[in-house]
Amino acid sequence: MNYGMPYGASNFVEKIDKTFYFILGIDIFFLILITVLMILFVARYNRKRHQNAVQVKERTWLEVLWITIPLIIVLAMFYIGWKNYIPLRKPPKDALVVKVIGRMWDWQFEYPDGKVATTLYVPLNKPVRLNLYSPDVLHGFFIPAFRIKEDVVPGKNNYTWFKATELGEYDIFCSAYCGMRHAYMYSKVKVVPTAEFDSIMANLEVATSSADGDAIMRNNGCYSCHSKDGTKLVGPSFKGLWGAKKTVITSDGKKQTIVVDEKYIEESILDPNAKVEEGYMPNVMRSYKGVLKDEEIKAIVEYLKKSGDQK
Amino acid sequence: MRAEVQDFYRGTYLENTGRYKGIWAWLTSTDHKRIGLMYLYAISAFFIVGVIIGLLMRIELIAPGKTIVEPQAYNGLFTVHGIIMIFMVVIPGLSATFGNFSLPIMIGARDVAFPRLNLFSFYLFLFGSFLAILSQFMRHGPPDTGWTFYAPYSTSTGTNVIMATTAAFILGFSSILTGLNFIVTVHRLRAPGMTFFRMPLFPWAIYATAWIQLLATPVVGITLLMIIAERLFHIGFFDPALGGDPVLYQHLFWIYSHPAVYIMILPAMGVITEIIPTFCQRKVYGYKAIALSSVAIAAVGYLVWGHHMYTSGMSGKSLWLFSFLTFVVAVPSAIKVFNWLATMYKGSIDMKPPFLFALFFIFLFTIGGLTGLVLGALATNVHVHDTSFVVAHFHYIIFGGMGFAAFAAVHYWFPKMYGRMYNIKQATIASIIMFIGFNLLYFPQFIIGIEGMPRRYYDYFPQFQPAQIVSTIGGFVLAAGLVLMFYNLIRSARKGEKAPANPWNGTTLEWQIPSPPPLENFEEIPHIEGKPYNFK
Ligand code: HEC
Ligand code: HEM
Ligand SMILES: [Cu+2]
Ligand SMILES: [Cu+2]
Repeated sequence: MNYGMPYGASNFVEKIDKTFYFILGIDIFFLILITVLMILFVARYNRKRHQNAVQVKERTWLEVLWITIPLIIVLAMFYIGWKNYIPLRKPPKDALVVKVIGRMWDWQFEYPDGKVATTLYVPLNKPVRLNLYSPDVLHGFFIPAFRIKEDVVPGKNNYTWFKATELGEYDIFCSAYCGMRHAYMYSKVKVVPTAEFDSIMANLEVATSSADGDAIMRNNGCYSCHSKDGTKLVGPSFKGLWGAKKTVITSDGKKQTIVVDEKYIEESILDPNAKVEEGYMPNVMRSYKGVLKDEEIKAIVEYLKKSGDQK
Repeated sequence: MRAEVQDFYRGTYLENTGRYKGIWAWLTSTDHKRIGLMYLYAISAFFIVGVIIGLLMRIELIAPGKTIVEPQAYNGLFTVHGIIMIFMVVIPGLSATFGNFSLPIMIGARDVAFPRLNLFSFYLFLFGSFLAILSQFMRHGPPDTGWTFYAPYSTSTGTNVIMATTAAFILGFSSILTGLNFIVTVHRLRAPGMTFFRMPLFPWAIYATAWIQLLATPVVGITLLMIIAERLFHIGFFDPALGGDPVLYQHLFWIYSHPAVYIMILPAMGVITEIIPTFCQRKVYGYKAIALSSVAIAAVGYLVWGHHMYTSGMSGKSLWLFSFLTFVVAVPSAIKVFNWLATMYKGSIDMKPPFLFALFFIFLFTIGGLTGLVLGALATNVHVHDTSFVVAHFHYIIFGGMGFAAFAAVHYWFPKMYGRMYNIKQATIASIIMFIGFNLLYFPQFIIGIEGMPRRYYDYFPQFQPAQIVSTIGGFVLAAGLVLMFYNLIRSARKGEKAPANPWNGTTLEWQIPSPPPLENFEEIPHIEGKPYNFK
């Protein structure tokens, strides 16, 4: 049964869709009632047919009636809406816990054993609790097919949960505006049978093997703004970066020419606004001070050194 | 012009020039009617700019991927569109134009309580608007935060947020002063004999609105200053990186911005409440219920701001309360709709353009209100929050509601303002075109919203495209109606047939004086004997 609602694939779908049908059903009834009355009056009492208005007497019972009935109806809507919402805030204790990192502008999912993925894999019929984390600005975690949405607020430990009831792939959107590539902050949730889930987990990489600069950058979302193949995204591409001559604008607005070296890359990561490459916007990249460890930054620099050869 | 001068000792407000001549006579005038018209012109101009930006967005959205602009430019477009429409069009909107033009006449006053302050508010409004427009052209690029300026994005983005927030702050200040002026006007300047319950209902609505303007606007003023302080001095109010709380921003913002919705809609309801009795020649049904429901909306409306934040991670108890109050505040609006319908019953209905606009208003506002119930309920809100369902909902309320009420008001008071009548047939055709275009434009957004299309999206998946195409076509149909309407009004203001003093057979005071009204409205202040809307 889904009249107009999108495909549903979680434990919440039934109750939430019923709430929609209840409210929308009453809505449609009242819209039709009001419209029909308007048309009827306009036709019946048009001045052409009805020269003299009748000054109808006001009746208190009528007013009491049309205050009480709507009041009862809206309170019923409130109650049903609230009751069917409560389960959304009550994740079971035995749920699989996944940390969701929403950042400008991609999603990353971290499993309890440190494995990370950019697609959310979940086992069928098992409750999954998502702890939502943002390192930068507001995002919104939205899976239409599951009827769940919760803001990802920096500095706050928001969460949501679900139990997927149908195998398949479903959209994950970012629902809270987060800047330039908000509309592209997209991922998928893949619901798979438990056995398949286990084998996927076994093959995933563990988060930060701190020697590999490429993996560190992937895990920290650098590639949603910087490409490796020369494509211009929000930030400059890393292709041919090492040793390149660049014109930058310093924080006090002066132009300067620099050669990309270890110091410049470190500074770009820790204090991106100190020198902003000409043609790019300041304040887009945030500082990774305290987020990346010194040896991780070293690893990134080592990795980026190789970028010079790719010219 | 000479020949039409009414035989009244001072001439009409349109031609009495006083100390200065030409445009200066207008720009320095403290006459409430002239100030009302100046607001009308300024707001109409901003509205047209906002509509053009809206259409640009609609063109961009006609197909997935890039159509005409880049993502950053698109984000700038919906931000300016929102800022212009909210802060420069609908918040001042009816209250500044017709609150100024009609309210003093309707309560039998010669002007507002503080005419100079009134002119000052107008200049603040212009100055704020000027800054808002300027912020589009400054060095770091137009602001891209959305009209809501949500932190911490707004405290960290590289674009020109400070100037835009300053602009909103100044516009808010102008709104406060206007509100204050109207409150004092209603308290002190009612004609003798006009008790509160003998006052027409448009003044009632403006009065309730003025209280919201006065009490709620300072909150947003302070909030915007906090953003500026955070950006300039890195004081951590909202950005967690500085030790602040982003959700605090949302609370502060909506404590103002939800009541602001009532600043927009109450005067609109007031206008409709004037128009329906006049064109049905019937006493308004449930005078007291309508008057008091305005006050009830204004009072309870303060306490429901949290319904914009159900997904922000608030505690269960506050969610419960906000949802409950949201539903309670829906009832007074429903009462008004029933009262309007009851007023039509057994009336003698004249389908002139103001009344047609009023009917469209009721239909569109009802859709907006009923879909608001979907957003007010927690279980359903979670799914449609931040989707194009919300975009459709608020356009139905503020454009279908407040916008169409403003068109109704202009067509209602036009003969009073200019002493001339517009072309009735053209106005009727324009209103029907706009009504059709409006529904084509926004109804599909409800559907794709439920299907999961998020709002403020530059790009989307192909399954949403059919609806987006219908929307874009609707946008242009609507625009065609607007062009016809503006053409008719502008032409008729100068060349229209002369209108009598009371073309609609209205009963309120503005219809008892000549059109256009003389400089200080009344030669002699009338004495009020009974209730308004006494049709024979
Ligand atoms: C939100 C988008 C974004 C993310 C995420 C991001 N950057 Fe950047 N980055 C930019 C932008 C924009 C610039 C250019 C302006 C500037 O220098 O601040 C930049 C500049 C740089 C530069 C200087 C390049 C040059 O050509 O001048 C380096 C190096 C860099 N980023 C590394 C990183 C690393 C490493 C990460 C991940 C830890 C990262 N960035 C994540 C947007 C981003
Ligand atoms: C022809 C007229 C109009 C068109 C074509 C139009 C179109 C649009 C579009 C496409 C959006 C973006 C929706 C999204 O981001 O998903 C939008 C947002 C908005 N519109 Fe309109 N609109 C029109 C008139 C109005 C009017 C009259 C008002 C108010 C009175 C208004 C208020 C807003 C607001 C507040 C937003 C939200 C901006 C934001 O997200 O920050 N619009 N409009
Ligand atoms: Cu986003
Ligand atoms: Cu609200």
